[in-house]
Amino acid sequence: MVDTAEELAITSNDQVVIVRQKVRSTAIDLGLSLIDQTKVVTAASELARNTLVHAGGGRARIEIVQAGLRRGLRLVFSDEGPGISDLKLALTDGWSSGGGLGLGLSGSRRLVDEFILDSEPGRGTIVTVTKWTR
Amino acid sequence: MERVPILKIGDVLLVSIQGDLDDQAVLTLQEDLAEKVVTTSAVGVIIDITSVEIVDSFVGRMLSTIAGMARMLDAETIVVGMRPAVAITLVELGLTLGGLRTALDLEKGIALLGRANESAETLTAVAK
Repeated sequence: MVDTAEELAITSNDQVVIVRQKVRSTAIDLGLSLIDQTKVVTAASELARNTLVHAGGGRARIEIVQAGLRRGLRLVFSDEGPGISDLKLALTDGWSSGGGLGLGLSGSRRLVDEFILDSEPGRGTIVTVTKWTR
Repeated sequence: MERVPILKIGDVLLVSIQGDLDDQAVLTLQEDLAEKVVTTSAVGVIIDITSVEIVDSFVGRMLSTIAGMARMLDAETIVVGMRPAVAITLVELGLTLGGLRTALDLEKGIALLGRANESAETLTAVAK
């Protein structure tokens, strides 16, 4: 169940900063611990940058979701970029197609509780991550 | 665009990162610092990240790059003030920043640079 949702465009470096700030304020509202806030904001930063660098831009959707008694912060990053042909390779530590460190996808997966990567060449990419309150 | 000020105290450059920098500001800082290490003949660079709430792979790489660059220009880099939550997150992200020297706060960072210089002076004295 989705309680609240907000969608932000990612088309420039400053919008990556705005996404980080919005994710942080939502994480604080939700009551995530300081460490979980830091983890989810860091993951958001990696994924927002990926959208910009690999697809030339996209959108971030920030949701507060509820499952039973648990509440969580869900982030959906979507773009209409070239997509990913080898998902397994894209999730490998140190592998990069964009000259980065290759930790964006694989690293942010470790920072969240749930991570779904949905992509196909020519169809764009959707990354959905969730961090639950403890 | 936001530009991070670089302060000079003796032969040490001090950068205190405040607020949330975008990627371009991070790259500009990297270039400004390399330039400044040479023009001021600095022997040490201290980067204070006390106010930095997150260090992602981009900023982490900038810190390593600055340290590597400074080393080639004969200066030592020390990152000070990393928050515990940032350290935990960096390790989980997979970025251990090997080769980067850190100190818990500015005072300890300066002391660390002082010791490095002293031992260098001692070595020079012995060599003479």
